[in-house]
Formats: sequence, structure tokens, C-alpha cells
Amino acid sequence: MRNGIISLLAVLFGLIAGAILMAVTGNNPVEGYKYLFEGGLKNLSRIGNTLATATPLIFTGLSVAFAFRTGLFNIGAAGQMLFGGFCAVAVGLTFDLSRPVLLVMMVVAGFIGGALWAFIPGLLKAKFNVHEVVSTIMMNWIAYWTVYYAVPAYFKGEFLETESKKLPESASLRTPILTEMFDGSYINLGLFIAAIAVIIFSFIINKTTLGYELKAVGFNRDSAEYAGIAVNRSIVTSMVIAGGLAGLGGVAFYAGNATSIQIGILPTQGFDGIAVALLGANTGIGVLLAAIFFGLLYSGRGFMNAMTEIPPEIADSIIAIIIYFAATSILIDRMIRFFINKKKNRQPVATQNNAQKKEEV
Amino acid sequence: MWTVIQQIAPYAIIFTIPLLITALGALFSERSGVVNIGLEGLMVIGAFTGALVILNMQEMMPGQQKAIWIGLALATLMGLLFSLLHAFASINLHANQIISGTAINMIAAAITVFLARNITGSGNIQISTLKPFNVPFLSDIPVIGSLLFTRTYATTWLVLAILLVSAFMLYKTPFGLRLRSCGEHPHAAEAAGISVSKMRYIGVMISGAFSGLGGAVFIVTTGGEFNGTVAGLGFLALASLIFGQWKPLGILAATLFFGFATTVANVSQVIPSLAVIPPVFLKVFPYVVTLIALIVFSKSSQAPKAVGEPFDSGKR
Repeated sequence: MRNGIISLLAVLFGLIAGAILMAVTGNNPVEGYKYLFEGGLKNLSRIGNTLATATPLIFTGLSVAFAFRTGLFNIGAAGQMLFGGFCAVAVGLTFDLSRPVLLVMMVVAGFIGGALWAFIPGLLKAKFNVHEVVSTIMMNWIAYWTVYYAVPAYFKGEFLETESKKLPESASLRTPILTEMFDGSYINLGLFIAAIAVIIFSFIINKTTLGYELKAVGFNRDSAEYAGIAVNRSIVTSMVIAGGLAGLGGVAFYAGNATSIQIGILPTQGFDGIAVALLGANTGIGVLLAAIFFGLLYSGRGFMNAMTEIPPEIADSIIAIIIYFAATSILIDRMIRFFINKKKNRQPVATQNNAQKKEEV
Repeated sequence: MWTVIQQIAPYAIIFTIPLLITALGALFSERSGVVNIGLEGLMVIGAFTGALVILNMQEMMPGQQKAIWIGLALATLMGLLFSLLHAFASINLHANQIISGTAINMIAAAITVFLARNITGSGNIQISTLKPFNVPFLSDIPVIGSLLFTRTYATTWLVLAILLVSAFMLYKTPFGLRLRSCGEHPHAAEAAGISVSKMRYIGVMISGAFSGLGGAVFIVTTGGEFNGTVAGLGFLALASLIFGQWKPLGILAATLFFGFATTVANVSQVIPSLAVIPPVFLKVFPYVVTLIALIVFSKSSQAPKAVGEPFDSGKR
């Protein structure tokens, strides 16, 4: 509840800051937002694209959130997503099998690829106490160069050196039914996998022993160890699952939203995953909502850019500012407390208790 | 082999210098106790400011190098100002420093391109770069002359001078001692009458200023174009800081390593003795070595003890 209010206020401040940015650069903010939201919601096809844009963000958001629950900072979702996506595309381009079998194999390959890429930082953290922030950044660049050379060497596209061959229809997550239902949008089966992932994520975190152990390690590593939890194993497990989730994001992106894998780009969804997780307060449902909101901003910005002079980077700016406000949530926290105290002005005892409770939270 | 080293040395040094100045700034920040993962964003701010200022100044005074120096100075200033966002969040608001730094990276990347499009109509800003020169007399010295003193940039010497001054300040002045104490034992520092907040602000601001300069140096020496990124140099600077074990000379060695490794990877295809190695190995080499170095150093890490922890005066 409290996190929800903080997130909503952060979003509000971000939108206000975006409006100020539009205004100082000589544009009309009301018009800007009108076209931004129309661009994401105006018709079925745009709604479909919004959901499709949100899909990889759900996965990377879940990935960062999952690691965060164990007190780990997964900055490497981009690399995990890239490598997972590469593995899935490689499977899709290599095997000629019936569609259901092939898709399942691709999903599994994507998960394993991402998991492998996060397993290394997890292991280094558990065994040698190497900080995962630096090691995941290194893994991002290793993934970048691996894919950079592997794609042209083994899966070169027909026309461009910089992307792989197009995936055949049997290896695409897009289905005619969905595409028709959303008027030719690129919405795809990835969204359903993402919904399942959200449910499994929430189940693991809230209802299982594993989730309890991971959270315990996240709260206090030492006391978790004292309580007999295998801290090192928890760290590795958490990173592997987080990486696998990011890998699935790669599957959804490269085999669903796109039809091939490009080289020379670290997918920005990996870094946006940090934003999604933070805004979603590291909960499953929060990540889902935050990802859809960011999906809306990202898919609407093109239309806004076409209709106004406002550069599309306004969407990225708004998201980044939201994250800054979410990170400095203590400021918002103080404001909320200030208003609560003002209301309860006449009950000093209650106010004091209230304030104390806030401190503990 | 020697000729190869001679050939690539100037390029390696060009790559090293922005990395060095940025990592050096981060040294001040981390020694004062604040992790600054926003280096990449601060460099982008510097690169953008530098490019924009130089573009405008070059129109006003064509063909003059002075424009570039004004651009570098303002880039330093903007880096410093922008880093205040991180300082405020991590020092006053006790925010998670890694999240705050990530926010800095995201804001910088988005806002600079947004502004570039608004101001120049394009997300790319092209400028003419600094002219390299041969150092008189010194470049005539047989071996090291061609290695160190030919085709050098003035910024290289500036950054090396800053390195010397920084090392002196950190280890030989009361200021340096105070700053370092805030990163090791902030409570003891406070008990000794040092304002931990003030020291940490200074640390982060130096980091911002140096990163801003680093970003601008990057585009006036190699790039010649601002396009919204500094190609991961900020993250590499962070790795250099850790690889260099939070020491000025260590950082110099680490950044030179990255400079040479990256240049070798970039030019490997045109040098016969290197072309036999698959380029992917050369490209991932610096990152793999960093991972290995992290493992090796993990037992004896020289990280400031209180780095990353918000300072709470009431908690001991």
C-alpha cells in the first residue's frame, strides 16, 4: 500500500517533470501527453503494440526484482536477455520441427542461456564475494561481443551483415489469431508466458520455502546464515532464476516482437528492467503494472513524435526521472508523513506513535 | 612486435585518458564513501555539453582551438552540477546509491539526446576535434619518444597532471586524509570533528567534474561526434577503479591495460601477427581478465570499508 502510493507519486512527479521539459523546449505539454497516450491506446492495434512492448520489460523487471529480493543487484539483465535471446534464435534457425516442440525448445534454450549468463556472477559472488554489479556489467559486454561475432559467423541474414536470418513462421511467437484480434499488431505469445512468469514469481516469493529463504538472505545475510539457510546456494539459485527470466525476455523480444537478432546493441530493456522492478516495488503485480505503463510510454512516443515536434526521448526522460524519484522515495515518505501529521494535529500521542511506526518501516 | 606496440601506443593512450580521468574522479567519490555507478551518465553529460559548446564556439571563432578548451571547461562544470543529484540522493536522503547512480545514467542518456534533438535538430552533434602534436625535443628521444611523445593531445598531459595532483592531495594533505577517513570509518571521522556529509559531497562533486571532463575529452580526441553514449567507458572506468584497487597508480595501470587491450582488439585484423587470433577473444579479453582480477583480489580487497553505506550519525 505504502509502496504503491510512493510509486504513484513518483510517476506523477515524473510526468510533471516531463511536462516541464516539454514546456521549456517550447512545446505544448498537454498536446504532447495527449498524443503520447493516444499513440499507445488509440486503437486495438496500438493497444496490442503497447502490450507487446511491455512484454520483455515484464521479464527483465521480474529478473531484477527476483535478484533484489535476495539482496542482489542484477545490472546484467541486458546481457542475459541478449544471450538468452541468441540461444533461442539459434535453436529456431537450426532445427526444423513441429511448431509447438520448436517453441518449447526455444523457450527452454532462452531460459538456460540467460541463466548461464547470470550463474557466473552468482557463483563469483557466493564463492569469492565478487560484487555482482561489476561482474554482471562485465558479463554484459562479453555477451555483446559473443553475439556480435556469432551471428554473422553462423546465422548471417540474407541482406544485412548486422542481423541474423529471419526466423521462420514456425519459430515465431506471433500467431495469426492474436495478430488478427489486435488488427495487425505485433503482440505475441510472449505476453502469455510473461503472465505465467508473474504468477510463478509471486508464488515462489510468497508461498515457498525457497522464496522465504531468498527473502531472509535479502533482509540479513548473517542472520539467515545463523538460522541455517545455505546463503551461498541461495545467491546462486537466485541469480540463475533471475538470469533465466531475463533470458525469457530475450525470447519474447527477438522471437516475438522482432523476427531476428541484431548485433551491436545491448537491449535497453535490460536496464529498463531496473526501473520496472523499482517502480513495481519488486512485487510480481507491481512489475506487471510498471512494465505496461513503460510499454505505453515507449509505444506512444513514436506517434507523439509524428504529431508534434517533441523528440521521442521524452519517454525515456520521464522514465528516468520517475526512477530518480522512486530511489529518493524517502523524500516522498517525509511528505506523506508531513500530511498525516498535519491531519492528526490534534492528537499528539497518536501522531507520535504513527511517526515511530514509520521509522520502523 | 615492437613496431606493433609503437604503432598502437598513440591510439591506446587516446583511449586510456578519458577512462583514467573518470576512474580518478570515482576514486575520490568512493574514498569518501559514496559508490558512483553513474559515471557513464556523467560522462555523457560532459560529452554533450562539450559538443554543444564547441559546436557553437567554433561557429563564432572558426579554426581556433580555444573553443575546445572552453567546451572542456564547461563540460567539467556541468558534470559537477549534475553529480549533485547523486550526492543529494545518496548523502541527504540515504537512497540506495546503486539505484541513484542507475537513475543518473538513465536521465543523462535520455535528456542529452532529447535536448540535442531540440537544439540542433538531430541526436548527433558533429564537431572538429583537437589537433595532435609532437612534443618538441622529447619526441626525438629514440625509444620512448615515438612511444609517448608523438601525436599526443594536450588533454593527455592535462589529465596526467591532474593524476599527479590527485595522488598528492589524497595522500599528502590533511584534506586527503579527511576524505579517506570518511570512507573508512565515518563515525570516527565525525568524532574527530570532520563533517562527513561535506566530505562526501566534495568527493561526489570531484567525481562529477572529472567524469564530465572525461566525456568531453573522449569526443574531442577520438569520437568527433556526440550521439548519446560514451560506449560503456563509464562502466569500464568503474571496473578500472576496482581493478586498480582504489589507488591512483593502480588506476593508471588498469586504465592503460584496458586502453592497450581494447586498441589491440580494434586493430587486430590489420596486423598480421594478431590476425590469427579470432577477434572475439581479443574483444572479450579485457572483461574476462577483469573478472579474473576480481577473483584474485577478492581475498585482499582494498575497498574503502564504509563505501556504499549511508552515513547515519546516530548509528555506531
